[in-house]
Amino acid sequence: MRLAQEAIEKKGWLGAHRWLILRRISQLTVLVLFLSGPWFGVWLAKGNLASSVFLDVLPLTDPYVFLQTLAAGFLPASSALIGAGIVVAFYFLIGGRVYCAWVCPVNVITDLAAWARRRLGIKGGRVPDANSRYWILGGSLLAAAVSGSLVWELVNPVTIIQRSLIFGLSGSLTIVLAIFAYDFLIASRGWCGHLCPMGAFYGLLGHAALWRVSAAKRAACNDCMDCFTVCPEPQVIRPALKKAGQESPLILDRDCTACGRCVDVCGKQVFTFTHRFDQRSDS
Amino acid sequence: MTPNPTAKHQGKTGASPSVARRKFLNGIAAAAGTGCLLNLAAFMVARPASANPAQALRPPGALDEPAFLSACVRCGLCVRGCPYDTLKLAPFGGAAVAGTPMFTARDVPCEMCEDIPCVKVCPTGALKHDLKDISDARMGLAVLSDHETCLNFLGLRCDVCYRVCPVIDKAITLESIHNPRSDRHAMLLPTVHSEFCTGCGKCEKSCVLPVAAIKVMPIKLAQGKLPAHYRKGWEEKEKHGSSLIGDQVQMPVRGMEDKAFGDSRLNDTGKVGAAPGGLNSGWKP
Repeated sequence: MRLAQEAIEKKGWLGAHRWLILRRISQLTVLVLFLSGPWFGVWLAKGNLASSVFLDVLPLTDPYVFLQTLAAGFLPASSALIGAGIVVAFYFLIGGRVYCAWVCPVNVITDLAAWARRRLGIKGGRVPDANSRYWILGGSLLAAAVSGSLVWELVNPVTIIQRSLIFGLSGSLTIVLAIFAYDFLIASRGWCGHLCPMGAFYGLLGHAALWRVSAAKRAACNDCMDCFTVCPEPQVIRPALKKAGQESPLILDRDCTACGRCVDVCGKQVFTFTHRFDQRSDS
Repeated sequence: MTPNPTAKHQGKTGASPSVARRKFLNGIAAAAGTGCLLNLAAFMVARPASANPAQALRPPGALDEPAFLSACVRCGLCVRGCPYDTLKLAPFGGAAVAGTPMFTARDVPCEMCEDIPCVKVCPTGALKHDLKDISDARMGLAVLSDHETCLNFLGLRCDVCYRVCPVIDKAITLESIHNPRSDRHAMLLPTVHSEFCTGCGKCEKSCVLPVAAIKVMPIKLAQGKLPAHYRKGWEEKEKHGSSLIGDQVQMPVRGMEDKAFGDSRLNDTGKVGAAPGGLNSGWKP
């Protein structure tokens, strides 16, 4: 049976791709906010996701990049400090890895690689330990401290790709291809799910965030495995769906990116978006 | 058995303690290895990039290069703030540190805006916010690097670099010296003074040659440095009000008593092929 066949039959194609489409719109909107200025002369957001100013008023700074400048031994000016504070507060409350699924442009590349891998039935490869991202996160800060320079930002595909898209720079295509090839051929969900220190940072940041997926109707689950197949971090589902080590139906793992693909593909409508304190469950 | 870090794994996998422990340690080792490898790779990329290419100039108010690389988050707000399309972000894979702002004077020089918008919008202070007067900016230093092609050095009156200099007569002056080739004209040599040059690059941009004879370079590359103990006699004399060693007896140069004083090019030996020169060399137009 095809992936999400029952969901498509019951909810229609649009209904079974609702959150995916909304995420793509969100990711595109973020870029358009930055590009409407240089393209159409309508300046909404200036800068890029490392640091920006929205409508010439609201400063926003990426807290991970901010942390790297601190590690490199530089205390940024107040505007960056305020900007980082606002971003930290947002992701702390809403959901850390919401950044990964709803904002980050690399997500489109790795989702495409995962889709291609699934459709072509490519198995195997060598998947790194999922804790690698925390080592890279620590290593990137250590490297900044030792070198006094933002070393990770020289290779960080997330910021490089954003910057290249927003400022029309060439040269990042190699990074896009490298990430795609790695996820497609070597490691399933390798970059976002195992290596990216930015994702690791946002995961840690949002460990207590409010916006969560709940397996509220888990009694209806017929073990079709579709949610595990599409989930970029499949290990997060089991505790909530199968009561493995917890009673709560909420997916509380910090690795969950709140992408909503499980909500989309489930033909039994087991999953739903809710808040952290919603413990309603049918079992 | 006392609780240990592998206990959780045992519950999950149901494997024996030693196998679980080995798996756990293997995982840690692999993760640590990957982390180290990736950061090492970043380091390798970082090393050549720490030396900025000579023609990539930083925006006004930029911190010293090492401090700048710790402070700049590569957001491009200064690029958006620049009204003249001067500033660019260095592309990935280029010679400059990818994503950092720079400009190439020969393409678009800095127009030295009085309100310095690029510095104002910098969120981190990688461009120092205490730069209030653009003439205090030191983006680089102009160097008249090629005396062989500069038209003024060839005896012409080009003067374009001097004319376009926003700090004219301070950052670039024309120094008049005798032209030994014609022996009766002056050469007006464009001369840069680091005390006033902001490194805006207007001179390099407007040099009329196909390749500029005057170029703006990072100060570190362009400028020499005297040993700390050196004192300039004429400056000390001015400070002191008179010579520190008292008035000296002026002596004529031996054998040149009736010649142009001090002209070392003067050749009165009468040898064949001697170059003409000096005031009484006998040259006529």
